[in-house]
Amino acid sequence: MKLDSKIPEGHISEKWTNHKNHLKLVAPNNRPKIDVIVVGTGLAGASAAASLGEMGYNVKAFCFQDSPRRAHSIAAQGGVNAAKNYQNDGDSVYRLFYDTIKGGDYRAREANVHRLAEVSGNIIDQCVAQGVPFAREYGGLLDNRSFGGTQVQRTFYAAGQTGQQLLLGAYSALSRQIGLGRVKMYNRHEMLDIVKVDGKARGIIARDLVTGEIQRHSAHAVIIASGGYGNVYFLSTNAMGSNVTAGWKIHKQGALFANPCYVQIHPTCIPVHGTNQSKLTLMSESLRNSGRIWVPKKKEDAEAIRAGKLKPTQIAEEDRDYYLERRYPAFGNLVPRDVASRAAKERCDAGYGIEANDTNEGVYLDFSSEIQSKGKQAAYAKGNHNPTDAEVTALGKQWLEEKYGNLFTMYQKITDENPYETPMKIYPAVHYTMGGVWVDYNLQSTIPGCFVAGEANFSDHGANRLGASALMQGLADGYFVLPYTVSNYLADEIRTGKIATDSPEFVEAEKRVQDQINFFLNNNGTKSVDYFHKKLGLIMWNKVGMGRNAQGLTEAIAEIDALRKEFYKDVFVPGSADEMNPELEKAIRVADFMELGQLMAMDALQREESCGGHFREEHQDAEGETLRDDENFSFVGAWEYQGEDINKEVLHKEELKYEFIKIAARNYK
Amino acid sequence: MASKKNINIKLKVWRQKKASDKGQMVDYSLNDVSTDSSFLEMMDQLNEQLVAEKKEPIAFDHDCREGICGMCSMYINGRAHGPDTGITTCQLHMRMFNDGDTIYVEPWRSKAFPVIKDLVVDRSSFDRIQQAGGFVSVNTSGNTIDANTIPVPKADADKAFEAAACIGCGACVATCKNGSAMLFVGAKVSQYALLPQGKVEATDRVLNMVRQMDEEGFGNCTNTGACEIECPKGISLENIARMNREYLKASLVK
Repeated sequence: MKLDSKIPEGHISEKWTNHKNHLKLVAPNNRPKIDVIVVGTGLAGASAAASLGEMGYNVKAFCFQDSPRRAHSIAAQGGVNAAKNYQNDGDSVYRLFYDTIKGGDYRAREANVHRLAEVSGNIIDQCVAQGVPFAREYGGLLDNRSFGGTQVQRTFYAAGQTGQQLLLGAYSALSRQIGLGRVKMYNRHEMLDIVKVDGKARGIIARDLVTGEIQRHSAHAVIIASGGYGNVYFLSTNAMGSNVTAGWKIHKQGALFANPCYVQIHPTCIPVHGTNQSKLTLMSESLRNSGRIWVPKKKEDAEAIRAGKLKPTQIAEEDRDYYLERRYPAFGNLVPRDVASRAAKERCDAGYGIEANDTNEGVYLDFSSEIQSKGKQAAYAKGNHNPTDAEVTALGKQWLEEKYGNLFTMYQKITDENPYETPMKIYPAVHYTMGGVWVDYNLQSTIPGCFVAGEANFSDHGANRLGASALMQGLADGYFVLPYTVSNYLADEIRTGKIATDSPEFVEAEKRVQDQINFFLNNNGTKSVDYFHKKLGLIMWNKVGMGRNAQGLTEAIAEIDALRKEFYKDVFVPGSADEMNPELEKAIRVADFMELGQLMAMDALQREESCGGHFREEHQDAEGETLRDDENFSFVGAWEYQGEDINKEVLHKEELKYEFIKIAARNYK
Repeated sequence: MASKKNINIKLKVWRQKKASDKGQMVDYSLNDVSTDSSFLEMMDQLNEQLVAEKKEPIAFDHDCREGICGMCSMYINGRAHGPDTGITTCQLHMRMFNDGDTIYVEPWRSKAFPVIKDLVVDRSSFDRIQQAGGFVSVNTSGNTIDANTIPVPKADADKAFEAAACIGCGACVATCKNGSAMLFVGAKVSQYALLPQGKVEATDRVLNMVRQMDEEGFGNCTNTGACEIECPKGISLENIARMNREYLKASLVK
């Protein structure tokens, strides 16, 4: 198979415009004759479904949640990037493009990323027009803040709930189309397979999660916007229902899966507390604007803290190791996520962790300096040039509350500690997956007619995603890319007519789904789905996590393979097929996670370099920084399914060419 | 973390096979529950115990488990989202309970939210209210005006945001003695009414959303204020007052 990325000719800044101008169109009178399926209603899915419905196509949208508004984009906290340069600090489309390529450690496609930067400004215009209440300054104009890996303020936000506000914006656009009858919404439905006819995507098989009914839905194009696969680790910041099933099922039907080993481990999450824990909670990266990360300089202090004999507030300033500021003075606490995560792991592995859990894994995120400086500013702004310490502290806390109130409350509810008084304890956790289904420039997978958008595809973030770029990509794909590229594909479908659902292909796909469900319900093993999911998660975290090496990865591949066999032999799924059955839903999802987990380890093993979130311990410099191997690994690794034995998957390489950015070692020092 | 102890509890949980079945409270015992666990993690633990006994686990809605998706529901000891304020059930922690406690767990109680199974209810009426008018009619071309063309006073933007923070969980309805959805609808109407982008369609919006709300079978507001107290996001009653003003204004011109 030859991978054709279909990147248009021409200068980087003209590619998208020229391409758009030459894509085929479908006339308005023909659009109602064409059906499009959208799976997932997060930022990418909801925006795509709304846009295509608005254009006049017949859209069917699916989500497994009880409402499209609950897709996990809702949980994104910090913000959305856009090259507006409202702060007049030197931002531009080029800089956003450059920062994103560099942030991704030179493993993303130039043309895709430039397009993303080009449309970023439209996202903000669009959202404001939809009534998204972004944070504003007193003058009434939009406010910005900084995120990791940048030296400008280009992040637009709505307190710590930016994802919620953007998703509700997209949901409102989608609701409008549902109300107008242009989108038919299927809540509590899960896509369980894709249907191909003559090689083209022609529909899906879905299960009604309330009645258990297996349904056939046909369409002229299928868009998968089902999110990322972080839940392969069991513990992650993803929602409990987030899963890879839609993406994995199309992989098994011929869509290549790219860079599965690129996983983002986010530096600032609340540390693990116990074995019954079900998920990890993120503390937004925006907090690194105001918080300073540290561990004690002396090991004995760290030990005393873990033993409960010492409080962090008792550690003198000179005994604190602000390790990010020490190692990366140019970016300090705002280095990219992968760098900050590894640095935390390095300190904890060396014995300086402060959390009293099994692994001692935790570091401090401290707001005391910010309370002082912002408190002083606030006092001055009120004309008080000689504020007392108490006044400064009170004003500083007030400032923090206004900026991050919901995050501080969330932290306090979970940990029972007050972050205004004592530093937050944080540790890295699995957050986002840069890898995903391989797509070309048009976001089309290797199955014609099957498009993949948002986190579910691999396209824009290389080996590490910068903060506030996921929201940007989701909306860019759905609002501003797919309406053009899907129409281009559909232009050849205006004569096709309705796709029948009684063809052998639909029958066969439905049988695959039915067989899998019957298998699980009749297996009558002895262990729950979660038992296996947790085991898989531990293997992934320990061996395919923040630090990876050939030995661990080889072991992981064999262990996952063995675990999968045990899973099929011994899993117990209660209940029946014709009712709401959450255990059955989980079993189907975990089956796919098992296969993907193995592929992730294989991908990490073949990538004999360190880049972004993929850190091979064999490939680091004297200071522990990543060592890329551009000569041998400047490619997208896209895997082709070859049947049940995942070890037989075949790797295809799409070479990455950098024509407009000079490739260099990533340096945040 | 702060506390490190385990407790033993008893539970009385609403079990109902499907919408058309008659449900009942069923007793369970669960030992060794970490007080650092969230309420939903306790439910996971109970379900694991049930699966180990080859019994059918309790169905409940949940997803993000960080208090923002609005999916988790549950009436716990007679309160929406349980005995704490400003939280969803996933943010309720077992440290709020004592060793030996008996905890009552029921689904949302409202005619407009029929039970699907066990603790799972159907809240699609909220979606339909939003579809009736909870939007600005702008196409998604991206070719609107520059985002900074119309300044919005910070106070208005902040108030719109506070209203827009609603997570659509339905606690307001479940806790209201009238089963009223006016806090939910009021919040959405307010978000748009406060922003210049929403003003153009304000008249039709409020009339259409209120009409749909009534059609769905929600009750009326009698200013008790229970919704505001139980709202996990602290949505203010002011939003209901604003909706009433908007509705009155709209009724006069239409």
